[in-house]
Order: sequence, then C-alpha cells, then structure tokens
Amino acid sequence: MKLSAQWIREFVDVPVDNGRLAEDLTSIGIAVEGISGEGANTVFEMEIGTNRPDAMNHYGVAREAAAFYGIALKPIETSGAKAPRESESGNAALKRSSTQNPAAEAGSHSGSRSGTAGAAPSRSTSSAGSGFAIVIDDKDGCARYTAQIVRGVKIANSPEHLASRLALVDQRAINNAADASNYTLWEMGHPTHAFDLDLLQGGKIVVRRARDGETLKTLDGVDRKLSSEDLIIADANRPVALAGVMGGFDTMITDKTKNILIESAWFDPVAVRKTAKRHGLHTDASHRFERGADYGATSLACALVSQRIMESGGGELEGSQIDAVAREIDQAPVVLRISQVHRMLGSKLETHQILAILKRLGFELVPEPGAQPEFSVQIPSWRLDIEREIDLIEEVARLHGYNNFANTLPSFSGGVVENPETAKAAKARSTLLALGYNEAVSLSFVSNEDAETFSSTPVVELANPLSEEASLMRGSLLPGMLEMVAFNLNRGTDYVRLFEMGDIYEGSGFGTAEHARICFAATASALNRDMPQGGVLDKSKGEAGLDLFRSIKGDVERVLDAFEHNTLQYDDKSSEYYEPGRSARVLVNGAPLAQFGLLHPQVVTRRKLRQDVYVAEINAEELYKHSLRLIRYEPLPKYPGVERDFSFLFPDKVTFDQIEKAVQGLVITELRSFGPVEIFRGGSVLAGSYSILLRAKFQSHDRTLREDEVNDWTARIVSEMQKLGGTQRA
Amino acid sequence: MAYTVPKLKDFSPAALDGAVAELLSALEEESAQPGNADARKAFRDRWLARKDGILTQINELWLKAAPKDAKRDVGQRVNKLKAEVEQKVEAALEKKPAASADTSLDISLPGIRRPIGAEHPIIRTMNEIVGVFKNLGYSVAEGPVIETDYYNFEALNFPPNHPARDTQDTLFLANQETKPRREQLLLRTHTSPVQIRTMEKMRPPVRIVIPGKVHRNDPPDASHSPMFHQVEGLAVDTNITFGDLKGTLDHAMKALFGSSAKTAFRPSFFPFTEPSAEMYVSCFICGGSGKRGSDPCRPCKQTGWIEILGCGMVDPNVFEFVKHNGYDPEKVSGFAFGMGIDRIAMLKYGLDDLQLFFQGDVRFLEQFG
Ligand SMILES: [Zn+2]
Repeated sequence: MKLSAQWIREFVDVPVDNGRLAEDLTSIGIAVEGISGEGANTVFEMEIGTNRPDAMNHYGVAREAAAFYGIALKPIETSGAKAPRESESGNAALKRSSTQNPAAEAGSHSGSRSGTAGAAPSRSTSSAGSGFAIVIDDKDGCARYTAQIVRGVKIANSPEHLASRLALVDQRAINNAADASNYTLWEMGHPTHAFDLDLLQGGKIVVRRARDGETLKTLDGVDRKLSSEDLIIADANRPVALAGVMGGFDTMITDKTKNILIESAWFDPVAVRKTAKRHGLHTDASHRFERGADYGATSLACALVSQRIMESGGGELEGSQIDAVAREIDQAPVVLRISQVHRMLGSKLETHQILAILKRLGFELVPEPGAQPEFSVQIPSWRLDIEREIDLIEEVARLHGYNNFANTLPSFSGGVVENPETAKAAKARSTLLALGYNEAVSLSFVSNEDAETFSSTPVVELANPLSEEASLMRGSLLPGMLEMVAFNLNRGTDYVRLFEMGDIYEGSGFGTAEHARICFAATASALNRDMPQGGVLDKSKGEAGLDLFRSIKGDVERVLDAFEHNTLQYDDKSSEYYEPGRSARVLVNGAPLAQFGLLHPQVVTRRKLRQDVYVAEINAEELYKHSLRLIRYEPLPKYPGVERDFSFLFPDKVTFDQIEKAVQGLVITELRSFGPVEIFRGGSVLAGSYSILLRAKFQSHDRTLREDEVNDWTARIVSEMQKLGGTQRA
Repeated sequence: MAYTVPKLKDFSPAALDGAVAELLSALEEESAQPGNADARKAFRDRWLARKDGILTQINELWLKAAPKDAKRDVGQRVNKLKAEVEQKVEAALEKKPAASADTSLDISLPGIRRPIGAEHPIIRTMNEIVGVFKNLGYSVAEGPVIETDYYNFEALNFPPNHPARDTQDTLFLANQETKPRREQLLLRTHTSPVQIRTMEKMRPPVRIVIPGKVHRNDPPDASHSPMFHQVEGLAVDTNITFGDLKGTLDHAMKALFGSSAKTAFRPSFFPFTEPSAEMYVSCFICGGSGKRGSDPCRPCKQTGWIEILGCGMVDPNVFEFVKHNGYDPEKVSGFAFGMGIDRIAMLKYGLDDLQLFFQGDVRFLEQFG
C-alpha cells in the first residue's frame, strides 16, 4: 500500500524529515518498507497488519505519528459541506468518532433517525425530507448507513491536484464523483460509494440479504448470481451493489448522471468477507470492511465526499445526511491493571508513562477505585482491534518502543523431556552420510500415477492442489527420490547416492496418518565406483549385479544395525516396482522392516532413467520402535586365530543362507567368522552350479588352538557341505 | 654377497677382533646404500630385529656358543658391539636418503577421496537452531503435517472468517465438507499448532522447540516453495516477560551468528501472540554495514538488518483453549517464536534460488559436505 508523505503531513506537523518519519513509524509497527520519489512526490510503501485498518490511510498514519511525537493531530476540513452532529441518542461511539472535527460537531442534523428504537426490531428505517428512505433490513450485516443526496452535479474529470494525488498512491482517476469517494477512502479510510440517484428505483435503499435467483452486474461488468448469504444494497426492486465490496453496473455514475446518492455505511466484517470470498472479489473497500471500519466515521466520510463532488461538479445538497443506525457497535470500556502491564512486559514503566502513551493514542482513562492502580479505558471508535487488557498492554509496549525494553533471560522451572525419536533419526542420518549418501529433501506432493505405482495405502487428496501432478500427498518417498535421481542423470551426473528421511501420508477412514520413512538410492555407476577391492565376490562376472545388490544390501544393514534387533530375515516379497530376483525384503521377528534392490526395468524405462538404479526403503517408524544399539565392549582375543579355506561346487539352488545355517548348526564356539571369498560360474564349472570359496576363522579366548581340533571342525564343516550337495574341489 | 654372521670356532681376542671388524665393515657398506622407506625398514630389521636380526644372531652364535672361560670377554665385546651397531644403524637411518626417481612418489597427484555424504543445508540449519535451544534447556517437540482447522487456526486465535487466515494460503484436503469446521483437515501452514498440542499434553512450565515441515499454496519460484521448514519455540511459566522473549532470542542469535550479532524488534501482528514482534538480526553477510566492499549488500537490501523471525507473548485467547490443563492466563505467561529455515539457509549460504534445495542435485548437495 502506497501513501504520500506530504498528504500525511497535511494532518500533523511532523518535526523530522521523511526518512526519519519512516523509521519512527516503522518502530511502532506502522511499517514503511520502502521510500520512493522526492519532495512533494515522496511515497511510502506501507505494510500495515490486518489488525490495523485504521492506519490504512493518510489520516490514520498521521494519527500514529502524532501519538509517537506527542503532537497535535489536525482535524479534517469539511467546510464546504454541512456535516451532521451527534444529537439525541447519546451515541458514545460517535462522540469518540475519528472526526475530531469541530466543523462536524458544528453542523446541523435535520434528518430523521429511528435507530434501534425503530418499529420493527430487525429493521431500521430513516428518510430525508425529500422522502428518500434508507431501510436496514439486516442489522447484523449493517450497523449504520449514512447517505447524502446531491443534486445538479456535472460529471467531469477531477481537478488536477486531486487526480495527481490519487496517481501518487497508484489510484486511477475516473470521474469527479468516483474520485471523490476514492480520495476520501485514501485520505481518512472510510469506503463510500456513489450511486446515480435517478437510476435507483422506488426512492429507497434497502440493505438486506440477496434472494435466491437474484443477479447483479457489478462495476467490473461481471454478471453475478447472488446467494441468500450475500449482503447487498438494493433499491425498491433489485440489487444495486454488493455491500462493502463493489457497486452495481446499472446504477453507476456516468457522464449523464445529474443527481447522486452517496453511501457511507458500516458493514459487518464477516458479512463482507463472506460475500467478497464467494464472488472472488477483493477490493479496497472490502479490504477495510473485512478488517473493521470506523463506525464513527460514516458521517464525516459522507460529508467529505459530497463536499468534494460539489467542489468540482457543482450541485447542491438535498437536505442533510440520512443517518440510519441499526445497532450500536459494542465497545465496552476495558480495565487496565498496571500490575498486568508489569507482569507481561517485565519493565517497571511508571504509571504516568503508561497513561501518557494511551492518551496520546486517543484512549480515555478513568481511575478505578481500589488498592491497586487500575483504569477503565474507553476505546476510540476507529480501534475495533482493541477489546482486551492485553491489547492495551501491546499499545503501551509499541509506543514505548520494543527496543527500549531490557533483554533478560527467564529463570526456568521444570526439566527437559527427551524425544527419543530425535536421537534415532540422527543416528540413521549420520550412518547414511558416512556411507556416502547425500541428503535430499523433496516436495510432499505426487501425481495420481505415482501414487498408483508406488503406494499401496489409501491416498490423501488435496482440495486445492498447485497442479494436477501435485494433487496428492506422497504415500511413498520413492517417486520423489526417482525424480531427483533422474534430474541428476539428465545433467550428466552419473554417480548419484541420495537419501531422504521424511514422512509419508496415508488416508485412513475419515482421518489421515503420517509415517516416518527412509529412502535411499544409488546408481550402478556409483556402486561400481565405490566397490571396495575385496568386496567383489563374483570373479567370473557370471552373475552381473550380484555385488551391486550386495552393496545396497550392506548399506541397509548398516542402518538397521545401528539399532537393537533380532536376526534379520530376507525374503523375495519386495514390491512390484523392484526387479524380481534382484530385490529383497528384510524382516525382523516376521515383520517387514525394509525392502531394497534393483528397480524394475519397466520403472527405469518409464522414468527415463539412463542407468540401473538400486533403491532401498526403510520403514523408519517401525525401526524407531527398536532402541539404539547398546554398545558393549567385547574383550580382544589374546590367542592367535587359524584360517581355513574350503572350495566347493554347489548346485545353483543351494543358497549361502543354507550353507551358513548348516555351519551354524554345528555350534562350534571357536568359529569366529565364516563367509564367502569368491564365487565363480562358467568356464570349467558346469552350468547349473557354481564354485564358491569359503573361509572360516577359528579362535579361542582361552587357549592356542591345536591342529587336531581345527582339523576336526574342518572335517565336520566339509561333511555338512556335502550333505547340502556340495562337492569339495581340490 | 650379503654379510652373514659366521659361527665362531676360535674365541681368541684376535679372532674376535677380526669377526667384529668384518661385521662393522659390512654395516658400513650397507649403511651407505640409499633407499626408500621400504628399504630402510628392511635395513633396520636385518640388523636390529628382535627375531633373527644380526644382533640377535650374534647373541646366539657368538655369546651363547662361547666356551666358559671366554664367556666374560665375549660378553663384554658383544655388548660393546651391540651398542655400536645400534648407534650406527640409527645414525644411518637418520641420514636423508638420496632422492631417487624410481622410488619416490609424485606427491602432487590428487588424493583418493572416498565419498562422504552431506547433510541437507536446510536440515543442517534446522539442527543448528534446534541445538541452540536445546542448550538453553528446551525439549524437542513435533506434530503432524496434516492438521485440523482447530489446531492450525481456531486454537491459535484465528477465528473463522478472519482476514488473517488469508495470509496463510492454506492447502486444504479434499472431501472435508461434511465435517464440522474445526475438524476439517488441511496442511499446517506453520509449526504453531504444536504449541497447542504440547500444552494439551503437558502442564506448565513448558519450554519446547519445534522443527518441522509446513505447506502453503505458493507456486514454486526462486523465492517461494509450497513446502518449507520452520522452527517454532514456546516457553510458558509463571514469570515470563516480554524482556525474556527479547533476551532469549538475542542470546540465540548470538549463539547462531556470533557474539557480535545484534537484534532489533518491531511491532507486528500475529493472531496468537500479543504483543507481537518481528525480529531483525544484524546482517550476517555484511556484518551490519550494508556493504560488501564497495558493493551494496543484497541480502539485507543495504539496511544492515535481516528480518529473521516473528515472535510475541502468547495471546491470552490461546491460553483459554488449554486453560483446563493449567494455563490460566492470569497465572502463567509465555512467549512464542517461529522462523522460516529455508530463507535463513538461503541467506546463510548465499543461494539465489530456493528451488535448489528441493531438486536433489548432487553437484549442489555435495557443497555442504
Ligand atoms: Zn548485509
């Protein structure tokens, strides 16, 4: 939002230059984010919080400046128009209205006014001497409707000074009537609207909800179907404006307009917001009404608009303002306890300092009887955001200056609650980093197609997704992972190792569930490059990919081994997007914990991956149910170990798992390790079988092993291998 | 023909002198040989190794084999010889070996770098910030990404139909129309719902720090992403003041950006805090000068300050939602703060495109190793 520095200065004699003014305003939360232009054309780029509609205009900002510098705020001049004066009803809100304007007070009030005392409780009607009537049918939606008829106006361009000021704050000049309304909005903040009086039918304005089936063409030329929830302005026969949002096309001011009805009303924030949202509209008017306009300012705004119209377009007022009041806005006094100011702010501000700040902001304070200093605070009508004691405390802090409060550290009671999952996730992360995987973070959204391919659980769908391809919450980390791998391969990065830790989302009945997962991927290039010299088992290359598979398997095991778990079991029931026979599932106590292996060639093709990719998915939620591995010291052996190699031919159907189990079945306590050293297929080895070199290491904790006992164990191992169908080679 | 320790038959002084002289001359000759590290080790082992070194052999072949009457003399000579040999071997090893093209390495060749992974810069930044607050005695709390309207808005004092909701660009879940509004599901737009969830579970005092993902309906570009990360903090006790909020955050910024970091606060508006503030930290790129050398500092737009987080005193209306669990706003007070991690990481590492964080580009990620 742009405001003109010079325009602000019209209402307050700011004692500093524009740069300093901008800084000072910013320090009290009326943020000037940027300054452009020079001299009379200096423009402040403002950032005003949603709670401060009162400061979204020049007069409002001037009011804040006056409070900050402790200097007088000038009244807005309305000499050319007769303005109403608060009279019979003793309306406290009006007395505190933002006018602060002697001229307004001096005006005469001749319009009739039935207010809340009107005949029908839900309806309030007012009419001017001319007989034009204002009927507030919906008093929840409209608390007050002030109108003025101006006759004999010549519609023309606005005077130059007015148009150029509007241009300064990015407003386009239209004609003198529309510009008068807009100028007033930017000057003192209250939205108004000008109707062509002669196009209003039946001599009245009715504020009501729309009827089903009614339509309205708005100023932007759009024909709108109205709903019974829309708050509208109607004449005797039809809707003529969306209340507080936008006027109607058919009653707008044109070159032919002679007579004008000016509307200056107070509409309910929620009613305006709902109407605006339903029609996808956001206007300067709706922006202010939604946030709470100044109930006390309708009359002044109305007077200002008529004055400006007549200044450039001539004409004269017909009667005085018609001021229909359907209800008062509740602004009960708020009690302020000085002790609470101190409790919240921690600073011993003196009572007189606190009072001075609030008075400068327009609050009226009346001391309350009692032992503790307390005040009853009357809130000005333009501050609908102030309703509670804490709101006043914030005002005190704001004007005192946040940076003038001393920095302190709290003394705490209570202890720290450890979150065990944090440590577990950190361990998994550090393990993967050490294994050479770079951590990646991908977006949470996936397409329908990806969800179908990669997740088996019910999906979570977004109502307003960013795009069709991002319409679901991910049910797996894999689609995002593959996208990132492809991104790298497409840019010539072949050596890719990535991991991501994050949640996946599952639709479950009426609700949703979130589950922690770990996913990692490595390209065949990366696995090959990083293969340790001793890691290659398959010397014949008869089983391409065996060692790559073992490589990703080892990484999975590294992560799992950071946790306490029983023996890992493997089966081949991995998901369909893995290549069968080159992938596996890991189970602990029969429950699946992870799956990994070579990505199915179909997926590789569909995703246009330029090489084989090995992936692993770990159910971190399950994994984190295990405790982190307890580290225990095992005494180092004091006696030398003895190694023995065995070379066997086995039929293909014999797995290493069977071999290992058979050896474990011998329960040789001195067997320290047992594993494959080399595998060979082809050549002299018959098809359907393979040659494997196995190595056993024996070692005892309490003695040097004797030749004969090692020979005995060796013979038993050989015998087990033969039972499995193995043939020992020379 | 390399020297070998002879077996002695004659243990007369003259014969012993001869044998010693022969040994020393062999040592002299071998000491002069240039050699690389391997050769030098072999030389040392040949003479001094405990097992089968020449000195050990002398012990075996000369001293142990000496007749009783010669033992004393041989013993003295052998001891003297041992000392001399040890000293000469060490002296020879200390001599710098002559350079030789075929045995030394080209030490200028690049080292073999085994791959190590790099923590994601956002996660890394998040962990650093969380770490600062852990050191201050805060516990880590987490909460769901898919939230109800109640936790994301209502209990944080965003009434239904309040314009403040507009600032959140919320992504909503589909098919929620039949539910009561407060139960309708959405993607949390901030980590603040965890404040409520924690206060529902824990009576005061609480001090928590909440890292997490949040989502908004912001199409991705260089400075926007529909998914980003926040770290939220909450402290509630019987005595927490606005000064404590300022002091805590000032301390945290000094811990993160160095002891010369300064902070400044200015009024702001958040529905769930009051008074509310935006905090600025002195620019950690230019040190607050607004300039980098003679160029303007872009990250701070030459102001010397960077807006880093939103904060404030917990609004009494928020406490009203958890009053039953000991949070009577007349008795407790607290502060809360929340910061966007992605932006901080961007500034810290000098990124100009937010999207780099989410593409998994190895060339990018490796730089954070
Ligand atoms: Zn800077």
